[in-house]
Amino acid sequence: MKPPAFEYVCPASIAEALEALAARDDAKVLAGGQSLIPMMNMRLARPGLLVDINRVPELAAIQDEGDTLQIGALVRHYQLETDARIKEAFPLIPAAERLIGHPAIRSRGTIGGSLSHADPAAELPVLAMLGDWEMTVASRDGGVRRIPAAEFFMSYLMTTLGPDELLTHVTVPKQRTGGSHIAEFAVRSGDFALAIAAAMVELADDGSVRSVRFALGGVSDVPWRDLDLESSLVGAMSSDALWREAGRQAAEAIDPADDIHASSSHRRQLAETLLTESLSRAAEQARERSSH
Amino acid sequence: MPNITLTVNGTQHHLDVEPRWLLADVLREQLNLTGTHLGCEQGVCGACTILLNGRPARSCLTLAVTADGADIVTVEGLAKDGELHPVQEAFWQEHALQCGFCTPGFLMTSVHFLNENPNPTRPEIREALSGNLCRCTGYQHIVNAVERAAETMRKGANHAISQD
Repeated sequence: MKPPAFEYVCPASIAEALEALAARDDAKVLAGGQSLIPMMNMRLARPGLLVDINRVPELAAIQDEGDTLQIGALVRHYQLETDARIKEAFPLIPAAERLIGHPAIRSRGTIGGSLSHADPAAELPVLAMLGDWEMTVASRDGGVRRIPAAEFFMSYLMTTLGPDELLTHVTVPKQRTGGSHIAEFAVRSGDFALAIAAAMVELADDGSVRSVRFALGGVSDVPWRDLDLESSLVGAMSSDALWREAGRQAAEAIDPADDIHASSSHRRQLAETLLTESLSRAAEQARERSSH
Repeated sequence: MPNITLTVNGTQHHLDVEPRWLLADVLREQLNLTGTHLGCEQGVCGACTILLNGRPARSCLTLAVTADGADIVTVEGLAKDGELHPVQEAFWQEHALQCGFCTPGFLMTSVHFLNENPNPTRPEIREALSGNLCRCTGYQHIVNAVERAAETMRKGANHAISQD
């Protein structure tokens, strides 16, 4: 239960990190290490070279760009939980953070690590899909590319990141109006959730749905979202019945796998209940905000 | 081997470490601070929890080399001048340990938690401790101890441990 031997570099800039990643094909990026180190301790991962990005200050910045917030890959969970700019720009981030692991995990784990690890039952990938976040990745030979969340996650623990690429920051469009909510079910506090549902709702003055988006985690190999189902709800009057029906239709559309943690039908029922709850609460919040 | 500097319980150490060495192993085997325990070595049990720059962290999921320059508090840093820290005292008074293997992690987690939340409810205590596993005492007495420690600390006992 100790990591196998590896070579180690600790670059001081993004350029140095990219150089190290390009130099060999068995390199791995070390950020917070809360997923990579256990995998190395269990010898499930044996990188030949660790590129430790913990001393690259450019990666730890949070920048306000007007309509978006740029969050550096090395920003840690506890900062996402407590930073006032993040709460203002995308309140679902601190709400989700309280559900992620334990305080000791949140001290170290990072946004870039969580998104690159791409566990389908993790909260931040669900928010990335929900909020149309964009991942900026860089490599020595390929330059910089920006990848929308919908194209970033490929399958269980798989993203489009190449072995020589580094996720440098995440662009989060600000949520200006409306309400939002995230709900999940985990057996014990801090466990990976069996299912996650997050929703954002904007209402018109007459109480009809101006816009709605929702995403599920833990129910497929990548965070789940259905744009057609979302747009079918636009214009309808917000009501408990509407959100129950949306939850039912989403549960019908997904096909969760059976595993040792939960059966497919259990996950489907959880997804329906959690999504209905998230949509109702987001709509309620949207209504409260517009009446002020 | 990389040379690193760690400040542990107020004392600065310069150490040569292999990159693959976990911070927990360096504390235990290079510095002989064996109060930090290794249970699962995969981040689940919480026995190896220490304070890293004032925040709780799993020393089994942190490479020593990554912690270069850090300020660390281990369970050995809690008692001052022969006086137990109020959280230690409360664990003793409330019988919050039997074998004691998980205790260092519970203590470090609780110390940070009570610094952040001096007046917690029982559900908040349970949530704060949910990343630490105990396999013999059970959690009732541990929750009682944290509640008791909170009360003592609110009354103003000297409990400054974080250096930052």
